[in-house]
Amino acid sequence: MKKNKTGFLSIPYLIWMTAFTLIPLCVVAYYALTDPATGVFSLRNVRELSLYMPVLWRSIGYSLVSALLCLVLGYPVAYYIAHCGHTAQKFLYMLVMLPMCMSFLLRTLAWVGLLQDTGIINNILAAIGLPRLRMIRTPGAVVLGMVYNYLPYMILPLYATIVKIDGRLIEAAEDLGCNGVQVFARVVLPLSVPGILSGVTMVFVPAVSTFYISQKLGGTDTVLIGDVIERQFKQGSNPNLGAALSLLLMILVFVCTGIMNRFGGSSEEGSVMV
Amino acid sequence: MKRANRIMTVIIFIFLYIPMVVLIVASFNTGKDITEFSGFTLKQYVRLFQDRSLLKLLANSLIISVLASFIATVFGTVAALGIHNLNPQMRKVAMTLTDIPMTNPDIVTGVSLSLLFVFVGTKMLGQRNSLTFWTLLIAHITFNLPYVILNVMPKLKQMDASLVDAAMDLGCTRVQAFFKVTVHEIMPGVVSGAIMAFTMSLDDFVISYFVTGPSFITLPVEIYSYTKKPIQPKIYAMFTLLFLIIFVLMTAMNLMQLVSDRKKAASHIGH
Amino acid sequence: MSKELIRLRDLTMEFDGERILDGINLYINDHEFLTLLGPSGCGKTTTLRIIGGFLTPTSGTVTFDGQIINDVPPYKRQINTVFQRYALFPHLDVYDNIAFGLRVAKVPKDEVDSRVREMLEIVSLKGYENRRVDSLSGGQQQRVAIARALVNRPKVLLLDEPLGALDLRLRKDMQNELKRIQQAMGITFIYVTHDQEEALSMSDTVVVMDKGRIQQIGRPEDIYNEPKNAFVADFIGESNILDGVMLEDYRVRFFGRVFECVDKGFAPNEPVDVVIRPEDIDIVPKDQGHLVGTVTGVTFKGLNYDIIVEFKGFKWLIQTTDFHGIGTTIGIRLNPEDIHIMHKSEYSGMFGDYSSYSAEYDELTEDADGEEE
Repeated sequence: MKKNKTGFLSIPYLIWMTAFTLIPLCVVAYYALTDPATGVFSLRNVRELSLYMPVLWRSIGYSLVSALLCLVLGYPVAYYIAHCGHTAQKFLYMLVMLPMCMSFLLRTLAWVGLLQDTGIINNILAAIGLPRLRMIRTPGAVVLGMVYNYLPYMILPLYATIVKIDGRLIEAAEDLGCNGVQVFARVVLPLSVPGILSGVTMVFVPAVSTFYISQKLGGTDTVLIGDVIERQFKQGSNPNLGAALSLLLMILVFVCTGIMNRFGGSSEEGSVMV
Repeated sequence: MKRANRIMTVIIFIFLYIPMVVLIVASFNTGKDITEFSGFTLKQYVRLFQDRSLLKLLANSLIISVLASFIATVFGTVAALGIHNLNPQMRKVAMTLTDIPMTNPDIVTGVSLSLLFVFVGTKMLGQRNSLTFWTLLIAHITFNLPYVILNVMPKLKQMDASLVDAAMDLGCTRVQAFFKVTVHEIMPGVVSGAIMAFTMSLDDFVISYFVTGPSFITLPVEIYSYTKKPIQPKIYAMFTLLFLIIFVLMTAMNLMQLVSDRKKAASHIGH
Repeated sequence: MSKELIRLRDLTMEFDGERILDGINLYINDHEFLTLLGPSGCGKTTTLRIIGGFLTPTSGTVTFDGQIINDVPPYKRQINTVFQRYALFPHLDVYDNIAFGLRVAKVPKDEVDSRVREMLEIVSLKGYENRRVDSLSGGQQQRVAIARALVNRPKVLLLDEPLGALDLRLRKDMQNELKRIQQAMGITFIYVTHDQEEALSMSDTVVVMDKGRIQQIGRPEDIYNEPKNAFVADFIGESNILDGVMLEDYRVRFFGRVFECVDKGFAPNEPVDVVIRPEDIDIVPKDQGHLVGTVTGVTFKGLNYDIIVEFKGFKWLIQTTDFHGIGTTIGIRLNPEDIHIMHKSEYSGMFGDYSSYSAEYDELTEDADGEEE
């Protein structure tokens, strides 16, 4: 028995969100489809996108690798936290959250200090008589930056899903003859799929669109799509091309999240968790 | 299995915290270089509090995040109340709108808002500089709203609808019933939404970077510009202080919740 | 009796084109204990919510003390409600829950205090003032809900399946308690339940509803003894319902035999439904019986046995204190006052056949609190 009496309270919100999320996207499309010089309709920017396909594929590749690494590294952590006592759980959860509250710019700068050719790690290597390594400005450094920055986005939804798995299901599986590995493969892992999907999405989306990480930790051969967009707006001053690239990025992300949602139903819960 | 997980967890926490340790150590460094610890000093902290311009940037960040999260919390709570009572189709529309800024990469949100503001500002209003404090505030409110909505909606859903009926039955008008009953029921969601919105706002760099102009700079935007100019070690001191504040706040919140959980459990057993 | 307080006239209610209430006409007297009884989805809760002011009927009027109150919001009605699952405010303790209505009405502090304490006494919850409501047992929460409503001195108290969440024993105690409170306070109770026993034992008047319509209104004894149609006969207690023909006043034919009965006023040779209550049937040696049948099932019920007896392919339920084993052939006698005649209705042929006895029994007992929202 629905009463629609307070539904009107949502109207200002709907107007606001239309004005500041939907309409801006239309403006992006408008810029993408107009010529920067003349301001008339043109497909020039769209045609130019093909030049940036290698960059796009590189972004997707790095982000997928990062997301998978986050999953592999994050799952044991989430699993461990979910099986701690109540107090320890709360404390560890907080420790995962805490880095997310601190400036990611500075934390990434700290990695520069660690990875530089004359950085902390190389200094330590030199001090114990090992050869210095070239770490900064490599694809590995960019992926490391992504994993480091977005690992909490993987751990938290995974934890939220794993902690909800009913312990009696594990007992039931054991009762029905599963050993430890089988319990994990047949019960725990399938039940954590929603968390895995939302974790992968939450790592992939910011990673594929980042520009700071690749600028600081990467080199000229690790330019990502985010860098290109940033340059069009802030340096290259071809906002129309930037708009076209943004549109492309947005479509990519919506297709990816769409696929994820199809796989695992709605990932509503994962997105609330931050 | 359990031991392997524990070792992994320890390694991951070291990985997550090493850069922060580096920054904290750097804040006590006499030298300028982050990579070399040349001696212990507190002078960066002194300098931090003498540097008006840096404190101004911090104040700017706080002003924006407090204002934006406050407005988004009030606005979002009212909106959630409305959305909750919409018919299913309209509710779906509203939730899709809410999902757009959540799903969109920050850079796309930033670019799209900046293009909108520039388009409206220069082409329609004829302004020279259309990116200001106000555009920044609008942008922050916009990306804060979904956090509030997504935290408040589940609380409204969980709430026993007959509580409002009961309040009205006992003489409350619709508005009184909201303030006397609904508010208490959804408060946890409102608070966590507000906290999330505030931290997102305070820490936001990407969107702010695109929608703010030279007239109003926030701390993260300034830190980004250190790509070009050398970083000032004072920043490390500020980082360390912020780290401490957030750590203490989070621990306190956790402890408070633990205590109240215990109390609740005790009163259940006591019965 | 006393004067009329509430009248519902031609009430209908529709949601999304679905008719929930269909022409409800009902009046409720002052000081009456009236029960709306029916299966889930019958419209009883909707009717209650309309009286409470939480729903506005699609058409028809609600009159209170002579005034039409269709559009009067709940907070302006002299009616209070005890909600299904109580709806106690979790952020307030027992005292504040009870004081809620008085404080909203800005009653002076001293008076709030004395009235709350008086109520606590009436519902036997003295000493529980500062307890959290979620630390109370179901029965105690129930009492708080009653006190919270009654402290406002309403003219009418609405109770929506208030005992549904309690276990059987507590339910019996609370039935007596509610009746006592109603008599002590001298106000009107409108009570919604799907439990026929509850309805019969507490009410002055029972309103049996199904499919959004009132099937019968009457005193509990009348409802039980003179059900108006097969639905009522089946819903209230157990009934064997047979096809019969009313030959003339006081004479009915069924199972190929003519019986004497106490009913009249039917058309000659009118087809009718004949109701025979299982506890009214006398078992006699087979050579003395009006009918002879074979026992096909026996269930021990504590007070009595429920036995299923087959007569010419039709199975009856009979309640008896003597044991009759499966396969025994028995005779039965029917006295005129044991035979109740009803007009044919849309429900004819749907109830009162015990051929699939066990399944039907399950259905009756599990008819839990699943009322429409």
